[in-house]
Amino acid sequence: MSPPDVAEFGASLSTAGVIPAAETPFVELRDVSLLYGEGEDGMMAVDHLRMTMQRGEFVAVVGPSGCGKSTLMKLVTGLLPPSAGAVLVDGARVTQPIKDVGMAFQNATLMPWRTTKHNVMLPLEVVQPHKARLRSNRAGYEELADRMLASVGLHDFRDRFPWQLSGGMQQRANLCRALIHQPKLLMLDEPFAALDAFTREELWIVMQDLWLERRFSAVLVTHDLREAVFLADTVHVMSNRPGKIVLSRKIDLKRPRTLESTFEPDFIEIVHELRAKITEVRAS
Amino acid sequence: MSARHKRIQQRLAPWVVTIFLIVLWESACRLFKIPEFVLPSPSSIATALFQFRNAIYENALWTLVTTVIGFGFAVVIGMVVGLAIGASALVYKGIYPILVAFNSVPKVALVPVFAIWFGIGAVPAVLTAFAISVFPIIVNVATGFATVDPEMHDLMKSLGATQTEILSKVGVPRSMPYFFASLKVSLTLAFTGSVIAETVGSNHGIGYLMLAASARFQVPLVFAGITAIAAMAVVMYSACAMLERRVAHWAFRNGT
Ligand SMILES: Nc1ncnc2c1ncn2[C@@H]1O[C@H](COP(=O)(O)OP(=O)(O)OP(=O)(O)O)[C@@H](O)[C@H]1O
Ligand SMILES: [Mg+2]
Repeated sequence: MSPPDVAEFGASLSTAGVIPAAETPFVELRDVSLLYGEGEDGMMAVDHLRMTMQRGEFVAVVGPSGCGKSTLMKLVTGLLPPSAGAVLVDGARVTQPIKDVGMAFQNATLMPWRTTKHNVMLPLEVVQPHKARLRSNRAGYEELADRMLASVGLHDFRDRFPWQLSGGMQQRANLCRALIHQPKLLMLDEPFAALDAFTREELWIVMQDLWLERRFSAVLVTHDLREAVFLADTVHVMSNRPGKIVLSRKIDLKRPRTLESTFEPDFIEIVHELRAKITEVRAS
Repeated sequence: MSARHKRIQQRLAPWVVTIFLIVLWESACRLFKIPEFVLPSPSSIATALFQFRNAIYENALWTLVTTVIGFGFAVVIGMVVGLAIGASALVYKGIYPILVAFNSVPKVALVPVFAIWFGIGAVPAVLTAFAISVFPIIVNVATGFATVDPEMHDLMKSLGATQTEILSKVGVPRSMPYFFASLKVSLTLAFTGSVIAETVGSNHGIGYLMLAASARFQVPLVFAGITAIAAMAVVMYSACAMLERRVAHWAFRNGT
């Protein structure tokens, strides 16, 4: 049996989108509010939030600290039920944790009792149809994990334990884990925040390459405006808590974007525009 | 100093300390002419060990068996209850107060009750060993489960994992270091439990032997009994430690 192929999965994803993408958004937040706690002690984290996202779109969310970005991620994936409004993914209302998501948090959350490779293979043990196939096609899947690790430069570390890896290496393994089961939706909550500037920029390139190859839908939460503009098709700016989207900026820069292109005037102009908006909402 | 040198030193350290203490003890006994029925010297304990080797062997084996059975039950039940408590807040709320109350009962006081219920013999010793050693296991396993990183939990849920999968893939491995930590404590407690029970309600075992010996003022034999218990406990402890290194090796983050 041949190993599950990256391209094959990509193809099956794109054929699924028969309906023109522009008409049915892949993710839609309809006036979503979320209240942490109850009554008097309750805290409104997001309030009447509206957002849409197309299939295969790469979206970045930026905003002041504590404005509800992580909350937004949990709402979209169904980890938190909204207090009001509705979350729709793929046309269906989200009422429980949705399937087919890849998540990478700010902390790598690798399991210390597993080697890097077995950490990366975790989703295959849980998500169908891989779960059913894993036993009979172990070698193929191991090869897939090896290839993913090699693509982020971790081939020699696949049999090490997470605590034997540097922070940046752990993050790269984390990304592999989020992607290995070919999720249709990738959620990244500040996955690069703990890294040094060089590693971070290296991972932008890795991320963009992966996305260009597979065209999954992705939501990236970040504090780094350059990162947002580099990776995203659309950047959403959120207001102070309770969070709302105050600006959605399309990024029309051509792909693949290079690190050099981040120093070009049109790139810098967009970054400045976003920065001005954030400064404005922080002040209010 | 080379790494190998250091390792050899660390290997030898416990032996050196032990031998030094024995020599100190022996010379103190001889120097101050301490009577044997107060504190026997290591040499007279060794003599007693040799002289009564058959009786000691039989009784030690008996104690070992009762302890291991009681401890075995404690491990199984401790795991199951710990898992249930750690996994469900409701079970935790329901059971925990009773557990705490139960644990605060001095187990020695239970031995006569066990003896009345089950007669003189192995059962009271097994039950006492169980009762005294189960609590640390429950608490530790439950702690392991309850302190699972919420992000790890979210991650599993976002993958669509069932509650059982979360338990087996995160909860169980996560609680292993806690489990083994509690095993070490519980094991020595189990020995204490069965020996205490033997001194009250049994006519077998090291505890019984020690009681009989002290009634006859054979103090070296009492100490020989203590030596036998200590030796068994050390061997069992090492076995647990070895198992821990195998199963939860990842919790020892010292390279290699
Ligand atoms: N579990 C919780 N219980 C109560 N309040 C919470 C909880 N999680 C978050 N909050 C509150 O909700 C608000 C939004 O939190 P959230 O984590 O979504 O912010 P964020 O935009 O991700 O911030 P950051 O950029 O610092 O990560 C914060 O004010 C926070 O205090
Ligand atoms: Mg956050």
